[in-house]
Amino acid sequence: MSAAQLEIQLVAVVVAAACALPGAFLVLRRMAMMSDAVSHSILPGIVVGFLLTGDLSSPWLIVGAAATGLVTVSLVEFIGRSRLLKEDAAIGIVFPVLFSVGVLLIARNAGDVHLDVDAVLLGEIAFAPFDRFAPLGLDLGPRSLWVMGGIALINLGFILLFYKELKVATFDAGLAAALGFAPALIHYLLMALVSVTAVGAFDAVGSILVVALMIGPPAAAYVLTDRLKTLLVLSVVIGGLSAIGGYWLARALDASIGGSMATVVGLAFAAAYLFAPERGLVAGALRRERQRRTFTERMLLVHLLQHERDPDRGITCRSEHLVEHLRWKPDVASDAVSRARRSGLVRIDEGVLALTPDGRAVAARAVEEL
Amino acid sequence: MDILQQLASDYTLRTVAAGAAVLGLTSGALGSFAVLRRQSLLGDAMSHAALPGIALAFLLTGSKAPLVLVLGAALAGWLGALLVLSVTRSSRVRMDSALGLLLSVFFGFGLVLLTIIQRRPDANQAGLESYLFGQAAALLAGDVLLMTAIALVTLFLLLAAWKECKLLAFDREFGESMGLGMRKADLLLTTLLVVSIVIGLQTVGVVLMSALLITPAAAARQWTDRLSTMVVLAGVFGALSGVTGAVLSATANRLPTGPVIVLCAGAMVALSLLAAPRRGVVWQRLREFRSGRRLRMDAVLLDLYALSAQHEVPGHPHDRRVLDMMARPTGAAKRSLRFLLERGYVVRTASREWALTEAGTERARELLRSPRGGGSGS
Repeated sequence: MSAAQLEIQLVAVVVAAACALPGAFLVLRRMAMMSDAVSHSILPGIVVGFLLTGDLSSPWLIVGAAATGLVTVSLVEFIGRSRLLKEDAAIGIVFPVLFSVGVLLIARNAGDVHLDVDAVLLGEIAFAPFDRFAPLGLDLGPRSLWVMGGIALINLGFILLFYKELKVATFDAGLAAALGFAPALIHYLLMALVSVTAVGAFDAVGSILVVALMIGPPAAAYVLTDRLKTLLVLSVVIGGLSAIGGYWLARALDASIGGSMATVVGLAFAAAYLFAPERGLVAGALRRERQRRTFTERMLLVHLLQHERDPDRGITCRSEHLVEHLRWKPDVASDAVSRARRSGLVRIDEGVLALTPDGRAVAARAVEEL
Repeated sequence: MDILQQLASDYTLRTVAAGAAVLGLTSGALGSFAVLRRQSLLGDAMSHAALPGIALAFLLTGSKAPLVLVLGAALAGWLGALLVLSVTRSSRVRMDSALGLLLSVFFGFGLVLLTIIQRRPDANQAGLESYLFGQAAALLAGDVLLMTAIALVTLFLLLAAWKECKLLAFDREFGESMGLGMRKADLLLTTLLVVSIVIGLQTVGVVLMSALLITPAAAARQWTDRLSTMVVLAGVFGALSGVTGAVLSATANRLPTGPVIVLCAGAMVALSLLAAPRRGVVWQRLREFRSGRRLRMDAVLLDLYALSAQHEVPGHPHDRRVLDMMARPTGAAKRSLRFLLERGYVVRTASREWALTEAGTERARELLRSPRGGGSGS
C-alpha cells in the first residue's frame, strides 16, 4: 500500500467520522433530509466566498457556506412556521432554489470560477493526497486531512460539551425548553455544524454522497441500539469501516471512490436492517415464528388438558381432530404434535394424544397465566 | 416583443420551450398530489435513485435510446420508492432517514456504474451525463413529441382515476372503507410520478427535478382550497415557469436552462406565499394587525364601561390617563379611543375626558354577553 493510498483512506475515515457525529442527531431528530438540503444549498455560499477571496481553500469559504446553510434552515423554518406549506415541501423548495443560484453564479462567472458543478456534486477524494498542507515548507500531509480532522474535532467537542443539552433537546424538546436549555439555539448550532461539515466534505465526496455518510451509518446504528452513546460510537465505527470498505471496492472495480463508499454504506445499512440482533427483519421473523410455535404448543396442551376426562377423548384428542376443532392446517397440527412429543410433553397411545406429567404441568401453568 | 419573435422563429428555443412547458405541466399536476400527501421529498429521492437504472440499462443493452434509458430509470426509481416504503413500514427507521439513504446510496451506486461505463470503449457518455445536470438545449423535436405523448397518457390516467387519487390525498382510510382500490391508486400515482420524473431528468437534471415537481404545486396550493383548481393551477404554473425559464436562459448568454426554470418556479412560490389572498403572509399579518387593533379597541371600551359602571349615569366621563393606565401596553388607549370615536361608541367631553355614548354602552354589554367575552364580530 503506497503512502497515497493510505492517505486517501485516512481522509475517507476522517470524513466519515466527521459526518456521522452530527448525522446521528439529524437521524434522531427526524431531520435527515436537512443534510441533503444543506449540502446542496451551500453551493452559492462556496461560490460567493470563492469570488470574494479567489481561493478555493480559504477558510472564508467555510464561513460563507455555513452562513448559507443557516439561511436554508431559517428559510425552511420560516415557511414551516407560516403553516402555508408542510416542512418537507419547504425543504424541497428552498434547497433547489439556492442550488440554482449557485449554478447560475458559476455559469455567469465561468471565466473566474474554476469550480465545476460536477466537482461540487460528486467530489473526488482520489485527489486528496495532491493538495498538501505544508506550512513553512514542512509537509504535514494532505490539506483535507487537516481540514476534516479539525471539523471532526469541532463536532466531537460540541457533542461532548453539550451532550446533555443535545440529548434532552433531541428526545424531549419541551423538557429542554422548560429546563432552560434553549433547544432552538442547540438546533441552530447543530445545523451550523452540519453546514460546516458538508462544506469540508464536499470536495472529498461531493454534496450528494455527504448525505450517505451523514445519514447511513447513524441509520444503521439506530437499528442496532437504544443508547445514544452507543449510537454515536457505532455510527463513527460503521462510517469509518464503510469508508475503508468503499475504498477497496472502488479499487477492485476501478470505479468512483465516493460512489463506492456510499454503496458500502448502503450495504452496511441493509445488513443492519436485515440482521440486527433484536430489530432486524430476520430476527423479527424468527421471533414471530418462535412465538407462533410456543402459542401453538400451549394451545395443544390446554386442549388436551380440557379433554383429558372427556369420554370422547378417543376422538377429540387425535391429531386429525385438531384440524377440525382448532381450525389448524394439517401440517401445523402434525408439526405441533411431533414437536410436543419430542420435548416430552405429549405421548401417543394407539393414536390418541395424552399429556405426560410434564405436559400437564405446562398446560396447568398456561391456564393459570390466562 | 423581441422575445416572442425569437420564440416564433428560433427552432431550438421553440423546441426547448415546448419541452419545458410539457414537463412543467405534468410535473406540476402530479406534484400537487405529492405535496398534499406529504411526499414532497420522495420525488427528490426517486430522481436520484433513477441514476443506477439509467446506467444499468445502458450497461445491459448497450443502447442509448431514450426509451431504454427512461425505462431503466423508471424501474430503479420505482424500486427505490418501494424500498423506502417497506423500510419505514418494517423498521424503526423513519421516512426522512430512509429517503436520505435511498437517494445517496442509489446515487452513489449509479456513480460507480457510470465510472465503469466510462472505461468502456464505446463510452461517449454524453447522453448519460445529461441526466445528471440536464441538457435542455439538447432536446430534439422527437424528444418533445415523446414527452408530449407520455404527458397525455399520464394526464388521461390521472383523470380516469381522479376520484381514487383525490381520496388517497385526503382520506385514505375512508377510501378503503368504501372499497375503492386505494392500493391501486397509490401504485398508479407513484408510477406516474416516477414517469414524470424520469422524462424530466434529461431536461433539468437530477438535483432540480424534484423542485419542478413540488414548487408549482406549492405555489398553486396558496391560491385555492379545491383540488381540481390546484392541479390545473399547478400545471399552469409549471408550464409557465418552464417557458419563462427556457426563454430567459436563451436570451441571456451562458445561463443553463434548468436552474433558470427552477428560479422562475421559486419566484412564483415566493410571490404566492407572500401575496396569495387570505393565506399569504401579507394577508396573515394584516389580519393579525386588524384583530389586534380590534382587541385593543374592545378592551378600552370595556375599561370605560367598567369605570362608568361605578357611577349613576352610564355616560360619566373619565380621564384618558386612567384608561392609559389600564390599557395594555400601558399608554396605548389614545389610538383605540380614536377608532371608538370614529364608530360613535365614545364622545370626548373635555380635552382629555372621554365618555361612553349609548351605542358604546350597548356595544360593551353585547361584548360582555358574547361567549368569547369580547373582541368578536364587528
